[in-house]
Amino acid sequence: PHAGQVESKNEAAMSELVPEPRQKPVVPMKPMGINASLLGYIGIDTIIEQMRKKTMKTGFDFNIMVVGQSGLGKSTLVNTLFKSQVSRKSSGWNREEKIPKTVEIKAIGHVIEEGGVKMKLTVIDTPGFGDQINNENCWEPIEKYINEQYEKFLKEEVNIARKKRIPDTRVHCCLYFISPTGHSLRPLDLEFMKHLSKVVNIIPVIAKADTMTLEEKTEFKQRVRKELEVNGIEFYPQKEFDEDLEDKTENDKIRQESMPFAVVGSDKEYQVNGKRVLGRKTPWGIIEVENLNHCEFALLRDFVIRTHLQDLKEVTHNIHYETYRAKRLNDNGGLPPMTVETEENHESNL
Amino acid sequence: QQPAQFSNPETPGYVGFANLPNQVHRKSVKKGFEFTLMVVGESGLGKSTLINSLFLTDLYPERIIPGAADKIERTVQIEASTVEIEERGVKLRLTVVDTPGYGDAINCRDCFKTIISYIDEQFERYLHDESGLNRRHIIDNRVHCCFYFISPFGHGLKPLDVEFMKAIHNKVNIVPVIAKADTLSLKERERLKKRILDEIEEHGIKIYHLPDAESDEDEDFKEQTRLLKASIPFCVVGSNQLIEAKGKKVRGRLYPWGVVEVENPEHNDFLKLRTMLITHMQDLQEVTQDLHYENFRSERLKRGSRKIEDEEVNKDQILLEKEAEVR
Repeated sequence: PHAGQVESKNEAAMSELVPEPRQKPVVPMKPMGINASLLGYIGIDTIIEQMRKKTMKTGFDFNIMVVGQSGLGKSTLVNTLFKSQVSRKSSGWNREEKIPKTVEIKAIGHVIEEGGVKMKLTVIDTPGFGDQINNENCWEPIEKYINEQYEKFLKEEVNIARKKRIPDTRVHCCLYFISPTGHSLRPLDLEFMKHLSKVVNIIPVIAKADTMTLEEKTEFKQRVRKELEVNGIEFYPQKEFDEDLEDKTENDKIRQESMPFAVVGSDKEYQVNGKRVLGRKTPWGIIEVENLNHCEFALLRDFVIRTHLQDLKEVTHNIHYETYRAKRLNDNGGLPPMTVETEENHESNL
Repeated sequence: QQPAQFSNPETPGYVGFANLPNQVHRKSVKKGFEFTLMVVGESGLGKSTLINSLFLTDLYPERIIPGAADKIERTVQIEASTVEIEERGVKLRLTVVDTPGYGDAINCRDCFKTIISYIDEQFERYLHDESGLNRRHIIDNRVHCCFYFISPFGHGLKPLDVEFMKAIHNKVNIVPVIAKADTLSLKERERLKKRILDEIEEHGIKIYHLPDAESDEDEDFKEQTRLLKASIPFCVVGSNQLIEAKGKKVRGRLYPWGVVEVENPEHNDFLKLRTMLITHMQDLQEVTQDLHYENFRSERLKRGSRKIEDEEVNKDQILLEKEAEVR
């Protein structure tokens, strides 16, 4: 479906600078109003099943980035989200690791499978962010990486002989970890989100939420939401991209009540009431990661994986990528970059 | 304890100076104690809550917490609040020096300047008073102890922590504290404590060392001192809220999964921190006087003697200029 959409948009984007509101993905046609009643069963609805089968066979890419100061539980949370050791800190993690002196970008890919569906998951970690004494512009390497992935995709796209399926390394989702101070956002949080919400889908999460009581959590969330609003930061799901009323209602609820999700991560299991649960053990009780009374991890998981995964990819492709592309084309004088198959020409044309 | 033969004041040979400690004690009680505690750490690490819990009071009744946008332009401030606490006739005049803004900015290069200047100013003032003619009412505003708050969310010390502690460890007694300890399991705490101690040693940071118990102290006290020394840095939880737990009201924090009790030694090191502070207040003051202040004083006087010569030269020049004006 992706290739088809891009073709039609090429013409559109060349004349406008602003990307059009994104088109709906290809769906089976509704019965036309005129010939309302079908004389028999045709089987058009099986298209959904065909699409499903195709997706299962080809699998899909999902690239998730985690950003936040060291120690906020980023790696643990990603492992918990995908119920596998997928973060940078899974294979032979050395706990004695030092904080790097500059921001590093580390991408680790895994293929995980569930119910016959294969996902090529890439987790992009950003160690060193926010940990220095002087953190000015520490978001620049991150912005650079994100743009580089758009550039890579663009180059593939404008090729004369294109690959059937362009490998997608673009960042679909950026989880930004907020420190659970209980006070407010930090200046660095604002600066990062201001700059990056324009190029990538940002989902702010409150890390290590087991440090706050229920009242503290509610108050903090409210204050953070207000600060984000006052500073004009549009986090995912962005208001302007709600497709229809149904989306808007659902997303409004998430934006105004649930987000930012206050989460707790863990890869250890404990026995609670006869069940084995993921949690954290303390002298005063066991914190259950998937218990909605304890924290909002389950909400984050359902949101990112079970309901909005495809949408995250679509917004990345149809909005953020298109914005990048349009800008690149404009910088090039409105002409599509000419390409010949060879590697050297790639550099000079773009 | 007085030797047996002199227990009776009427006994010949009894001089009575053994009563001196009691006299000192009485005078101290009458005079009261002064103590200045500086509190340093990023916003949101639980500093104010902990101070309020330690001294069972509310030192910050009209507090407004600034938002992130406000913090962008702010520099580090120094705010001192003094409170008089009395317990069983003993008066304590406690000054808590806060440093809001520390560690908040995106660029924290200049974080410490204000704080170091403040510490030096107090030393300077004391030096000046001590050298003055009338020394009856010298007020001691020198910082006797600095609680440095380390984040429980990290994996150890941050670059800022290391740089700051190295900049002040020759000026003030540093007591590293980890607040919001209920964010860590017991195992995580041990790991964090060890990591921090290793890093402190690695970087040559001098923190306050509790003196070993004297050999003539009783076993309980010796054991207590050993326990305290082994628990540094203290992992504490602060709260002044009363929660119902196991049938009684305790100070703590109520979570959906249980209650964290501030004064339960199995939950955190709060009691240890409080004991350490109270039993070592005297020692903290002494070390400030005998070590940090003396360091400052000798440095200052060495510099000062050179400075005075320059000043005298200037004075002659000023006199000449003034004479020229008059003429």
